[in-house]
Amino acid sequence: MILNQFLILAAALFAFGIYGLLVRRNIVLILLSVELMLTAVNINFIAFESVFRSSDAIGQVFTIFIITVAAAEVGIGLAIVLMIFRNRKSANVDDLRLMRY
Amino acid sequence: MTFSAWISEPINWVFLLVGLIVLVSGFRVVTAKNVVHAALLLVAALAGTAGLFLMLAAEFVAWVLVLVYIGAVIVLFLFGIMITRAPTGQDEGLDSEKKIVPALLSVGVFLLMAWASIDAFSTTLVGGTGDPISTELIGESLLGRFVIPFEVVSFVLLAALIGSITLARKDLTPIEEEEGQRV
Repeated sequence: MILNQFLILAAALFAFGIYGLLVRRNIVLILLSVELMLTAVNINFIAFESVFRSSDAIGQVFTIFIITVAAAEVGIGLAIVLMIFRNRKSANVDDLRLMRY
Repeated sequence: MTFSAWISEPINWVFLLVGLIVLVSGFRVVTAKNVVHAALLLVAALAGTAGLFLMLAAEFVAWVLVLVYIGAVIVLFLFGIMITRAPTGQDEGLDSEKKIVPALLSVGVFLLMAWASIDAFSTTLVGGTGDPISTELIGESLLGRFVIPFEVVSFVLLAALIGSITLARKDLTPIEEEEGQRV
């Protein structure tokens, strides 16, 4: 196995995440795209860790931190989505243009 | 390394299979017309990612990914989808009509990152060097060198927990509150 195969796979996943982030209009689907991008970053961390073995397993520790923060982000994000849906009866970002110039 | 030499290693067949699952389901996550399908395809993408982690000698993180993401985060997403489902059940109009610029941008980002990694790491080999990283080492690292970030992250998680409960809770009117107290 070469390192590049993992890095390019992660780059493709990250690109899909960017596409989804920009194209999707449903807030829940935007959050799903963010998860995809975070997963791509995690693949990079793990791949680099398995090549450049650090004495403290730094890559894996950071992956665990990313997973934790992503879980917190999803919790907060879905609570916000729930509140927007309760107030606006819609989970579509195009409907949230009250503060738009 | 030539392609024929690369493909002759059996582990690379596994990589091709798992990578294909990850790529196809990742692509379908951002293109699926059905919201629930998108969330379930993310499960496939994450399961494939856990497989990649196993190939990269990261057993603990792979199972953390399965437990936390597939077990908890996707369930949360499915709850969010079910709660915010539009009353008409419409699945059209999930995507914006302007798809060209995002597609070009993502292809550009992919090409840039792929070029950078090919340029820098074209000969770096993975695996076959030493033992898998043990959970013991991760635990010692988490409670040794990284103990302060570990505590900070746990605090962030607690704050997110309380914050999301506060956000999602329904505010009662004074009359309702009174009735609630009586009950």
